[in-house]
Amino acid sequence: MSAPRTGWWRWVPLAPATILLLLFLAGPIGYCVWIAFTDTQLTGQAGSEFVGWDNFRRAFADDDFRNAVGLTLVFTFVSAIVGQNTLGLALAGLMRAASRPVRTLTGTLVITAWVLPEIVAAFLLYTFFRREGTLNAILDWLHLPSQNWLFTLPILAVSFANVWRGTAFSMLIYSAALSEIPREVTEAAEVDGASGPRRVLYITLPMIRRSIGTNLMLNTLSTLSVFGLIWAMTRGGPGNRSQTLPVFMYDQAFLKSLIGYGTAVALLLLLVGSLFSVVYLRLMKVEL
Amino acid sequence: MRRAARARLAADTALLVTAAAFAVPLLWLVLASVDAEADLRLRIPSSVTAGNFDAVLTDEITFTPMLNSLLLCGGATVVSVVCAALAAYPLSRHRSRWGRSYLLTILFTTCLPITAIMVPVYGLFVQVDLIDTMYGTALFLATAQLPFAVWLMKNFMDGVPVVLEEAAWTDGASNLQTLTRVVLPLMGPGVTVVTIYTFIMLWGNFFVPFMLLLSPEQLPASVSIFTFFGNYGSVVYGQLAAFSMLYSAPVLVLYILISRRLGGGFALGGAVKG
Repeated sequence: MSAPRTGWWRWVPLAPATILLLLFLAGPIGYCVWIAFTDTQLTGQAGSEFVGWDNFRRAFADDDFRNAVGLTLVFTFVSAIVGQNTLGLALAGLMRAASRPVRTLTGTLVITAWVLPEIVAAFLLYTFFRREGTLNAILDWLHLPSQNWLFTLPILAVSFANVWRGTAFSMLIYSAALSEIPREVTEAAEVDGASGPRRVLYITLPMIRRSIGTNLMLNTLSTLSVFGLIWAMTRGGPGNRSQTLPVFMYDQAFLKSLIGYGTAVALLLLLVGSLFSVVYLRLMKVEL
Repeated sequence: MRRAARARLAADTALLVTAAAFAVPLLWLVLASVDAEADLRLRIPSSVTAGNFDAVLTDEITFTPMLNSLLLCGGATVVSVVCAALAAYPLSRHRSRWGRSYLLTILFTTCLPITAIMVPVYGLFVQVDLIDTMYGTALFLATAQLPFAVWLMKNFMDGVPVVLEEAAWTDGASNLQTLTRVVLPLMGPGVTVVTIYTFIMLWGNFFVPFMLLLSPEQLPASVSIFTFFGNYGSVVYGQLAAFSMLYSAPVLVLYILISRRLGGGFALGGAVKG
């Protein structure tokens, strides 16, 4: 009496996961699409009406929304694409050349910053960038001009915070990728007399290009949804000068009680995310 | 050989500079937590004290939020890992077009920005009366982490040879028995990694409980630290640092456990890469 290995009910173990995903993920996404086309408000309104594309039209005409899109682009570009990605790659590369104790020390510190809860990281970087904080103390000591970073350059401060917190992920991906390059390849290039930078440019980078693609996608996707870090450091301020899309969405939906409008913004964010996900899946060329 | 030594020295120097930049905020955390007069600047405490820890080790500040975090994230982790293990089994063992599309959808979902759906989730939770309930929030957290848990679990399960199961089947074991008695024990390290990774991600999650839980006595540490210290006029920085250390300690310890088990933290990067 052997257990059945054919028939539809070998798929039954999928049921619990599928039910959860439908109820708590697909449900809200569907609801999101519906609410985005209504004028739902948090309080003081009996019903909500279907308003078509009004919320989206309003968004594209809204200076605050455009400001949020611009800041999201700056935040993503500076912290994910330039910061985490490049620093992660540089660290992974340097670690292969460095001595063991230095490698362990750096790896431990970078990974610790990553494993710390988001809100703790936000507090730490907040104290670091404050006017009375450590960064200015260091600048004073070096006789360099200090300033109130969270006021003058809030978006750069939160971008650096995101680099501090997120670089470990890129470092891990690139360490894995670099360790898979066969030794003979780099040795052959060395014998042929290729200099260090040329070896990196023409041999190493092309060989890990799939990891670079994967990493850029994943960094962008996780950076697009950063909320707690920015909220705890600046609350999107001063004014709206560090208000990225997730913070803008929260602000509109809950502080200004415009659930419909906030959801429309959320839907746009979700669409951008889906687009990146599809590109990512293409890049991975998953073998299932 | 001298060129190699020079290259090593250059790499060491560059890494040490970066390491110092990463270390400064962490050093502030450690030093401020034992400094009676801690402020925003990194400095050596003039006298070391345990007063900050004494001050925050109360029911209101530490014990209740940490217990809430444990219930919330522990519960969500159990749900997530059990569902992921069940789902990964057919996905790993039966090849079909249907399973392939299911996995692709799962992988697609792992990438979606969960932040974006929190507004509609809040709306739905209000309508079905799940708002401000621990189990509702835990179920949502479990679901948010589920796609990645399924993906990781499936990859680990692929590594268990199918021959052993066939032996179990001929001995008359059911599918569930095969999974719990043969497959899961064999992929013990894999299950541990998925469990701990899920728990670490949930422990640090701020936005979900921030949106879905309202009563102060239900808040987990990630949110209570924010409401408690973020809204106070004059923050006692030493206490903030002490509490941050207590709140971060469990995930740091857990991370060390899985990274040891897998020979360095680099295995997770490989798993993520797929």
